[in-house]
Amino acid sequence: MSLLLAVIIGMLFASALYMMMRRSFVKLTIGLILIGHSANLLIFTCAATRRDGSMERLPPGLIEEGQTRIEGDFADPLPFALILTAIVIAFAITAFTLVLVKRAYQEVGTDDLDNMRTTDR
Amino acid sequence: MMLSLAILALLSVAAPWVCRYAGPARGVVLAAFPLGIGAWFASKIPAVADGGAIVETFAWLPELGLEMTFRLDGLGLLFALLVTLIGAGVLLYAGSYMQGHHQIGRFFSYLIGFMTSMLGLVLADNLVLLFIFWELTSITSYLLIGFNHDKKESRSGALQALMVTGLGGLAMLAGLVVLAFAAGDLAGVPGGVWNMSELPEGLSGHAHYPWIVALVLAGCLTKSAQFPFHFWLPSAMAAPSPVSAYLHSSTMVKAGVYLIARLHPNLATGTAEGLWEGLLIGFGATTMFVGAYLATRQTLYKRLLAYSTVSSLGVMVMLIGMGHPDAAAAYILAHAMFKGCLFLVAGIVDHEAGEKDVAEIGKLFQAMPATGLAALLAGISMAGVPLAPLAGFVAKEKMIKAGLDAGPLTALLTALIIAAGSFTVFIAIMTGFKPFFGKAQREPKKHAHEAPWPMLAAPVILAVLGIVYALVPALFATPVVTAAGEAIKGGPFEAALRLDAFYYYEISLALGLSLLATLIGVGIYFGRGLWVKATSPFAKLDGVVGPAKMYDYAMLGLTKGSWAQTRVLQNGSLQVYIKMTLVAILGMFAWAIWRTGSLPSVGTNFERTGLLEWVLIISIAVSAIVATRLGSRLATVAVLGVIGYAVAVVFALYGGPDAAMTQFAVETLIVVIFVLVVYHLPRFAVYSGLAVRVMDLLLAATFGGVMACLVLAAGSQELFAPISAYFNEAAMPETPDGQSAYGRNLVNIILVDFRSVDTLGELVVLGIAAIGVYTLMKLRDDHEGVPVAEREGDEDQSEEGDA
Repeated sequence: MSLLLAVIIGMLFASALYMMMRRSFVKLTIGLILIGHSANLLIFTCAATRRDGSMERLPPGLIEEGQTRIEGDFADPLPFALILTAIVIAFAITAFTLVLVKRAYQEVGTDDLDNMRTTDR
Repeated sequence: MMLSLAILALLSVAAPWVCRYAGPARGVVLAAFPLGIGAWFASKIPAVADGGAIVETFAWLPELGLEMTFRLDGLGLLFALLVTLIGAGVLLYAGSYMQGHHQIGRFFSYLIGFMTSMLGLVLADNLVLLFIFWELTSITSYLLIGFNHDKKESRSGALQALMVTGLGGLAMLAGLVVLAFAAGDLAGVPGGVWNMSELPEGLSGHAHYPWIVALVLAGCLTKSAQFPFHFWLPSAMAAPSPVSAYLHSSTMVKAGVYLIARLHPNLATGTAEGLWEGLLIGFGATTMFVGAYLATRQTLYKRLLAYSTVSSLGVMVMLIGMGHPDAAAAYILAHAMFKGCLFLVAGIVDHEAGEKDVAEIGKLFQAMPATGLAALLAGISMAGVPLAPLAGFVAKEKMIKAGLDAGPLTALLTALIIAAGSFTVFIAIMTGFKPFFGKAQREPKKHAHEAPWPMLAAPVILAVLGIVYALVPALFATPVVTAAGEAIKGGPFEAALRLDAFYYYEISLALGLSLLATLIGVGIYFGRGLWVKATSPFAKLDGVVGPAKMYDYAMLGLTKGSWAQTRVLQNGSLQVYIKMTLVAILGMFAWAIWRTGSLPSVGTNFERTGLLEWVLIISIAVSAIVATRLGSRLATVAVLGVIGYAVAVVFALYGGPDAAMTQFAVETLIVVIFVLVVYHLPRFAVYSGLAVRVMDLLLAATFGGVMACLVLAAGSQELFAPISAYFNEAAMPETPDGQSAYGRNLVNIILVDFRSVDTLGELVVLGIAAIGVYTLMKLRDDHEGVPVAEREGDEDQSEEGDA
């Protein structure tokens, strides 16, 4: 599984960056969403892969009623906590970017980034 | 001492109000403070007379072992007296000189601010403190030179001074740090020795000695306008005359000389061939000669004086290097008197007669007799006319005597001293004699009249003190020079400032040479037309490859280089930024692999993969490709939704239900929002050409491949044990009253307990994004602003719920 995940993470990064390099502002937004997924999967895969490259389906880090700890193996909760934070932040960025694109298009009348570079000069 | 600094600092802040309410009496009111402080310093002459010192310490940053240590010894006292007493005279003078200027309050604020910094500089014992005051003098000098900031020459002069002294100061900071740690090495203090009075012996034997000397001298030589860094000083003459007299003649430019003298006992090797002495003598003698020579070609009053000041600074540096602290201290004191006086006279001539060019004016004595007399005395003193009982003569004879006693360098140094002395005589005639007694080319622009008393006080007193210096040395000159000489030499020392017949016999050779210099100087004065013609080829050369030109080229190159770099790196194109980032990251990977010479090991135990996983993987892979190819916006949104849900299922399968749930919710929301705004968005357009797209695809694919390898490599590393066991332990208490997070969901307790600040940051990001979304949605086309108090959009409300 880790090999397959690695391959699709690579594909996701490639398509995300390809979209981010387009001059169309809308495509840039798509690229941003894709790169968010790539990063989340990357965190997950790096943490879940064992040293020998194997990956196992483990139960979530939940303590059962009446227990004070989990007995036996369970999935590392830390990467999931980080991913959870990352998902929410990626969502905030996406929402903001979408509205910005819509607004900028209304104001400027183009979504070609090459026509929007005057302020950075 | 600290009290005096505090008083001056407060006075600097209060100066604008003093100026507003004291009216014409502002000069008197403001001058009273430094005068009082100067009197206090004068009363301490006996206390520091035989190598003693007054020390005050204040715990500054005890955690870092930094203490504000102030130390008043003979050398510090000499400079403290110059700073406060000449400062008082200059304040009095400026009170009238700046009369009617609309920013007079600001001027005095800067000027007293400078006074505070300069006093701090000469009293500081701690190296860090010294550096801070050092830079403060550079900054206040910058503000004062550029005070008439509506003039271009003021602005460029100010910038030039700041660049040259500031760069030197940075080098010096490095030098001081190396010095402190080298001293720490020798003294066995690992944190370095930061107080100058505690520097150990034998620094010249340390391995870093050449660095210390080179870096510290870079600061000192730029600050004290030594050739080839001298050019900023004449440019600094764009400042008002009181500033030129005070900063650029009597005090600030001597900061470098001060620090050289201060560190001389520790850094000197004891022989004239040593690095320290050699550099001082080399730079000093060159500056002395070049400065005086350049002055002879000037006709503007203040520029003449500026170049001659450069020459005098060279003399001071040279004398310290030659190991004649008494001659150096005597010269510093004498120079402050005659040059300060002449600068103030230059200001009076400009102010009361409207003239700046000494070649044009003459015969002003009838109109301004007191000024003329002061200028004449100062001029004679500066020329060092033999047998004239003036400070300049005493100092100059000591200087020639030092030159005659320079071992193998005697012939060269004496020749240079006499040549520079001849030029100086000529400058003295041009500045002290010509404007008042010489032939006038034309009438002065203004109706010339005598200056008011506040402007006369300082130059007249300075001129008279020059006589006192020579005739009654015991009154103040000998004690001050002796105390300073002791501090420079670092041992007991007796200064001989005498003018008796026996002394003349002793120095008869020096006297003869001095007479020779005077005659040559007078000769140049009468043949000055010829002299200017004869030396003009050198001036042309200086205009093409001179240090000032080099500075211009360097500044031009810096500006052009910055522009070019900005055009390349910050060209406004997002695609280029992304590409540069990607190429840089790929380059770093390549470099790391090249450095280590091997690829990281990768685990290869890829177990059989279930059907569900295959479905997920294939759907993500296909969607990732399709998402870049689709022309329809809505279809792309749908494909993005597929990826998001598939990722969520992966999380769910591998023990992350929380992340999966969040992903489901967020993915749904994104699709909803996208669908809502999708028809307000522009259609997909293809802007780039095929070649660009292929290049981008290659770059993106390469980067994706590298990331895939990175995932495999990183997943197979375990640099340290996972800390999830700790979360398992800390989640629930063993006993009912035990300490723990009290949560059964480990992901939850991480978010709200162990990484709660992180979560808070996340919420802040959400909040800012929500505000941004709200503002953008509500911003009206007519730019009337945001309508108030409306409920936020639905999407923002639900965000908070997810978090």
